[in-house]
Amino acid sequence: METAIFLLFAALALGSALMVVTHKSPVYATMSLVVTLFSLAVMFVLLGAPFIGALQVLVYAGAIVVLFLFVLMLLNISKEEHQQEGQTAHRWVALLGAGAFVGLLVPLLYRATQARNAGVLTEEFVSIRAFARDLFTRYLLQFEIVGLLLLVAVVAATVVARKPPAAPTGAPGAASPVSEVEP
Amino acid sequence: MQFELLATAAKMALMLGIFILGVAPIMLWVERRMSAFMQDRPGPNRLGPLGLVQGVADAVKFMFKEDVTPAGADKPLYLMAPALALLPALSTYVVIPFGPDLTISGKTVPLIVSTGGAGVLIFLALSSLGVYSLITAGYASNNKFSLLGGIRASAQLISYELALTVAVLAALIPAGSFYLPDVVAYQQKHLWMFIPQAIGFLVFLVAMFAETNRLPFDLPEAESELIAGFHTEYGAMRFATFFMGEYISMTALSMLAVTLYFGGWTLPGVHLTGWLGAIVGLAVLLGKVSLFMLFYVWVRWTFPRFRYDQLMRLGWKVLLPLAILNLLLVAVATLAGWFPEVG
Repeated sequence: METAIFLLFAALALGSALMVVTHKSPVYATMSLVVTLFSLAVMFVLLGAPFIGALQVLVYAGAIVVLFLFVLMLLNISKEEHQQEGQTAHRWVALLGAGAFVGLLVPLLYRATQARNAGVLTEEFVSIRAFARDLFTRYLLQFEIVGLLLLVAVVAATVVARKPPAAPTGAPGAASPVSEVEP
Repeated sequence: MQFELLATAAKMALMLGIFILGVAPIMLWVERRMSAFMQDRPGPNRLGPLGLVQGVADAVKFMFKEDVTPAGADKPLYLMAPALALLPALSTYVVIPFGPDLTISGKTVPLIVSTGGAGVLIFLALSSLGVYSLITAGYASNNKFSLLGGIRASAQLISYELALTVAVLAALIPAGSFYLPDVVAYQQKHLWMFIPQAIGFLVFLVAMFAETNRLPFDLPEAESELIAGFHTEYGAMRFATFFMGEYISMTALSMLAVTLYFGGWTLPGVHLTGWLGAIVGLAVLLGKVSLFMLFYVWVRWTFPRFRYDQLMRLGWKVLLPLAILNLLLVAVATLAGWFPEVG
């Protein structure tokens, strides 16, 4: 039964991931991304790590992708608009990125096939308690650095999104009231 | 293995039966009669005793209405949105315990569908997917009011989900577990959680209304501004499906509230086991949930709607800081040993 569930969601993950890359409409691509993330979460649960699975859905599918959709809907991007310009340059960059990713993946796959006695993940290893203990002791520095990065990103986003302060009249570069009115 | 599968299937059938057959028709009747009572008018009272069969008549009417799809709609997404409304609503119940352990022919059957350790996180993850129904409905309808409703829904649900999640985390700290039966056992042994965590419960309560789009937080479908918001273009059974999804989400969140703050299926001083315990446990849980549902209706018909900027300010500048403050207080109190130990 676990094999059946695995095969179903593996197929779903691959199929929807392909849709994300190939579909012309950005909204459909985003919805496919949700399916991909959900299928991956099922994989985590099957591997005995329901905590990671739940977080995957909660953070990525439940919040981040919602914001993608939010932006798409606000901008109301029509279907093929995003394919108009920069075709060749985009393709080369994409090819380079994909090549680098495969280059990283190959040694990893090789090591995975070589490891004969990797052992089974135990409850002790993947439980929430063990995860938390490792996160807040052994990996505390990395955890704090990630937190700092996110904080910087939040501050930057706030600065960018904030309306410019009311500048004294006649100051150079001050936004005129007219330009603040949204079209 | 087979026995466990069978037991799980039976538990799921029981809960789904309660959710689908019980909640929507009864809530429809309660909502109408109670609103009528509050406004000093009789309400629907013709069909059956006290008008109880009115819900059936409405369901039949919805099914036989013509099913219209707007011409400019994005058809696949348009058809998918109502189904998405039911999906998270009908799956979150799996982590709610509804009775003591049963022993059937020598095997212990815990009265909860999912015995996985991630517990309440599964609930939060699945319920966070509910927003897609509103967004896709708003986008696919090809109607500016629907789109505005969808945009409002996504902003509102994400904002209040944060406060809700932080409040839930604080409620779990004293019991030290994500697994809800542990939380219920802790409360039965010591104290219902809404007393030591009054702040957290208040935050949860307010966020609960926002998460289910109920007045005073029904901005995504505010009829005076957006006609009917995200479901403007939906009629017949598809509209009814949105309606049902809303009631079922309300029930699921009420169950979580009861389980986290009001001792779940337990009553203080009552320690029944076996089949009697199971039946009483389920009855107690449903009784407490009914009180919450009555509260939902009561609030809906007595409070005016928020303005959108007020809603955002309340979510980010009041509820979230309160929830974080509560989390810190509870964490410190637990470390200082003010909460009774687990076990």
